[in-house]
Amino acid sequence: MTLFLLRRLLQTVNVLFIMSLLVFVGIYAVGNPLDMLVDPQATRADVARVAAALGLDQPVWVQYGRFLANALRGDLGNSFLHGTPALQLILQRLPATLELAVSALLIAVLLGIPLGLWAGLRPDSASGKTIMAGSILGFSLPTFWVGLMLIMVFSVYLGWLPSGGRGPTREVLGMHWSLLGAEGWRHVLLPALNLALFKLALVIRLTQSGTREALLQDYVRFARAKGLAPRRIVGVHVLKNIMIPVITVVGLEFGTLIAFSVVTESIFAWPGIGKLLLDSITLLDRPVVVAYLLLIVLIYTLISLVVDVLYAALDPRVRLAGGQAA
Amino acid sequence: MSTPAAQDLQTLLRVERLTTRFRTRGGDVTAVNELSFELAAGEILGLVGESGSGKSMTGYSLLDLVDPPGYIAGGSVRLRGRELRGLPAKDWQALRGDRIAMIFQDPMLTLNPVLRIDTQMVETVLAHRRLTRAEALHRAHAALVRVGIPAAGERLRSYPHQLSGGMRQRVAIAIALLNEPDLIIADEPTTALDVTIQAQILYEMQTLCREAGAGLIWITHDLSVVAGLADRVCVMYAGRIVEQGSTAQVLESPAHPYTRGLLDSTPAAALARGHRRGEALRPIPGAAPPLAALPAGCAFHPRCARADEQCLPPPPQAEPASGQRALCWHPLPPGAALSGPAASLEAP
Ligand SMILES: Nc1ncnc2c1ncn2[C@@H]1O[C@H](COP(=O)(O)OP(=O)(O)OP(=O)(O)O)[C@@H](O)[C@H]1O
Ligand code: SF4
Ligand SMILES: [Mg+2]
Repeated sequence: MTLFLLRRLLQTVNVLFIMSLLVFVGIYAVGNPLDMLVDPQATRADVARVAAALGLDQPVWVQYGRFLANALRGDLGNSFLHGTPALQLILQRLPATLELAVSALLIAVLLGIPLGLWAGLRPDSASGKTIMAGSILGFSLPTFWVGLMLIMVFSVYLGWLPSGGRGPTREVLGMHWSLLGAEGWRHVLLPALNLALFKLALVIRLTQSGTREALLQDYVRFARAKGLAPRRIVGVHVLKNIMIPVITVVGLEFGTLIAFSVVTESIFAWPGIGKLLLDSITLLDRPVVVAYLLLIVLIYTLISLVVDVLYAALDPRVRLAGGQAA
Repeated sequence: MSTPAAQDLQTLLRVERLTTRFRTRGGDVTAVNELSFELAAGEILGLVGESGSGKSMTGYSLLDLVDPPGYIAGGSVRLRGRELRGLPAKDWQALRGDRIAMIFQDPMLTLNPVLRIDTQMVETVLAHRRLTRAEALHRAHAALVRVGIPAAGERLRSYPHQLSGGMRQRVAIAIALLNEPDLIIADEPTTALDVTIQAQILYEMQTLCREAGAGLIWITHDLSVVAGLADRVCVMYAGRIVEQGSTAQVLESPAHPYTRGLLDSTPAAALARGHRRGEALRPIPGAAPPLAALPAGCAFHPRCARADEQCLPPPPQAEPASGQRALCWHPLPPGAALSGPAASLEAP
């Protein structure tokens, strides 16, 4: 287990390093942040002063070297635009995105698994076919269009739910959370549904195909030959087997929920990191972009670690590489 | 339960014209064709046939475990006089694993890979008995010991992948024995085991049946297993029972040319009766026909040395001796078994 964690840590450090290098060089190649930051009327001397203050007068490898040295001390630099630490800027907005992503994941799993199970058990019934057809819609409808429709129907027409923002927040552990109150849940429902749609379709299809496959296995027939109740066969024998691929895929998809919440966040004016990233890229605010991507890599790593551990816990045949039996 | 007829009291299982079909694109095929046989309590019946002859499907049909596209097309299955065909799902659930148990062919696929052995055993007990978990676990432990599993307590806490194929098959056998069923259907359960363990399991099963008065249907493609184990034998070919009788009748004076062919392709030493040592093996020429393209009339006629034009209409049930039946126009005469038909099989 220790060896497994150590190996993972090393991999993560590698990825972080390569990622930062790519982003650094990439943004350098795209354009000069000074063009965005400094008033076009400013004198040459003014521009030079700003450049020197931000360290942008140095060659790119010197800039990268400085960044690396600071990063090792935990300092990812200040935003060019705001002047505050980039990491702090991101962490302030992270709770909003996390809340959105977790809500979306819950919707996808809590709705997707029962629906997929139902469709898998009754593939030829009208309800099963409807569920599967619906999941195709979930795959193919564009997120922004669905988001607009949700707002139209539930906010504008019916007036049941708010169309944007995340409602009042409460401070816990130095971060602002909105899901601690009922008002927060009212606000998150529509954007979470919007963000969940694709994953919901994915979970339904995974569960449905897994169920259909499991039902053909000898161990299910044997469970029937033992005289077990259908409820136990489906709820224990089938479900425990299909949870393995579902957990794996859903876990890894959680990372993309966080990383690609941009569209949903813009439609629902959700003050998360997606919106921040968009602005930072447009303004070539390099420290924020770099810090954001590094954070995403970290989150991905963490998630895949959790998924691996869960996987080993669910599937007795799996041992974590380099460790003892889980 | 309705009052069963007097003869049904000794007859544990009575199967009549049991038929199972599969819906396929080219029309329905019949995998189990008008099967009729009986089994007394404490009796062991060997069900023998080549691969694909319908042995496993017969087992599944008896338990009503035929999955689509397969379906049971007709016939009757009576257990202690009670008709099982057409029973509601609840009643089947109560019967399976309790009064009728089945051991499947492939031990690697039978157990659920993500559940521990104790879970899979205890649930079998609790599905049919009002016992505490501890009592059920105790039963499970005893069943493992009975089938000769060493360190049963430790094995209970294992997952299937931690056990060898032979060990898993013994667990499956133990599960079948858990609720002391009246009827056990064992589908080639010893194929994956090595010879010494196979002999031990065969002996154990035999003893268990005799003592508990359970009926046992032992499915195998190996006549030598049947020789030492079964009281009666049914020989299947292309979904039909082509010959049945006592083990001595079928193995020593087979009436059906197919049974004769099976015997001639089984090593004599393994059968330990009838044949002389060192006699050459004679495989049956040709291969079993696919179900979708069964020859008209007697399905065996393209491979049969005794076939003639008369064999084109479906053959009648011949009864060469009391209790022995063969589905054939030209059954082998009793006593001629050792030389006559073997020679004719060799003929071009
Ligand atoms: N889904 C299906 N569709 C059509 N035919 C099928 C299907 N499943 C099984 N069969 C047919 O049923 C017949 C009987 O199969 P069964 O498994 O009972 O054979 P078996 O005697 O047990 O053979 P083996 O010794 O290989 O286990 C086979 O000929 C097979 O082709
Ligand atoms: S009926 Fe004819 S073809 Fe069929 S087994 Fe008998 S002799 Fe052979
Ligand atoms: Mg079989």
